[in-house]
Amino acid sequence: MTALWGGIVVMTVGCFALKYAGLSVPERVLQHPLTVRAVELIPAGLLGALIAVQVFADGSSVQVDARLLALGVAAVLLALRVPFLPMVVAAAVVAALVRQL
Amino acid sequence: MTTDRSIIVDSLGVGLATGAYGVSFGAISTASGLSVLQTCLISLLVFTGASQFAFVGIIASGGNPLTGALTAILLGSRNLFYGVSMAPKLDLDPAQRLATAHFVIDESTAMGVTRTSRRQARLGFYWTGISIFVLWNLSTAAGAWAGNAIGDPRTYGLDAAVGAAFLGLLWPRLSSVQGRLVALVGAAVALGLVPVTSAGLPIILGGGTAVLLGMLWRPGGRS
Repeated sequence: MTALWGGIVVMTVGCFALKYAGLSVPERVLQHPLTVRAVELIPAGLLGALIAVQVFADGSSVQVDARLLALGVAAVLLALRVPFLPMVVAAAVVAALVRQL
Repeated sequence: MTTDRSIIVDSLGVGLATGAYGVSFGAISTASGLSVLQTCLISLLVFTGASQFAFVGIIASGGNPLTGALTAILLGSRNLFYGVSMAPKLDLDPAQRLATAHFVIDESTAMGVTRTSRRQARLGFYWTGISIFVLWNLSTAAGAWAGNAIGDPRTYGLDAAVGAAFLGLLWPRLSSVQGRLVALVGAAVALGLVPVTSAGLPIILGGGTAVLLGMLWRPGGRS
């Protein structure tokens, strides 16, 4: 089994276990304020980090290129309440066009 | 008054809008170097959008698949709380729980948890969850096939699409000052670590640091 398949299996089991546990665990077990707060903050922290790496990293170096412009376009479209799919497609098209220039 | 019919119509609307963006997951996943089979299996078996995008994003940037899986699981931790809030409304025995758990995601919870009657909570939850599941998988397959067929993903800006997809997922959380700060700290720490750690780690460490700081920070100066 390759590492990639291994990662897929771990992710599958882990993600399902969380969903199943949520339906099974009594509410008071998870009521600790620290747990609630951590789970509230995790998506923002991780997605912030993911965006930064996705947009600026090229291997182990940091660089600014067409991806940043695409992200800017995505932000403007989101502010204008454009739905997810057209927003993502527009960002890709902008990056593709800039690279053609 | 909310009728059963209007709940089903609303749920299908959400299902259509959300399920369709499986196309971008499929295309991005194959562009990240996963096979069409792997891409389709992930949508089928993992079925939680942000986690799936995170996993393929980390693979694309050369990260270790286990780091990718860990990030995906951390992002999926919110589903734990969705399950807790849906459980009393669904009232399931263990076998039903096993069959239902897969459909616990952002949208199904949002469309179920706000209903006043148990019957309508179930209608909203299942119609939303199952319609997204069906469409998400069909559109993933379409996107994976198309992405696989077009050659170098950079020519089409698919690498830039990943950042846009993450921003779309993050956007609702930027409405609070704390959400914005935590996202910003996560981004800054991750970026600082890119040159000095192996791929994938900046995301876990950046996100982790941001969450820790966010937990220490008390809005309004409460101690």
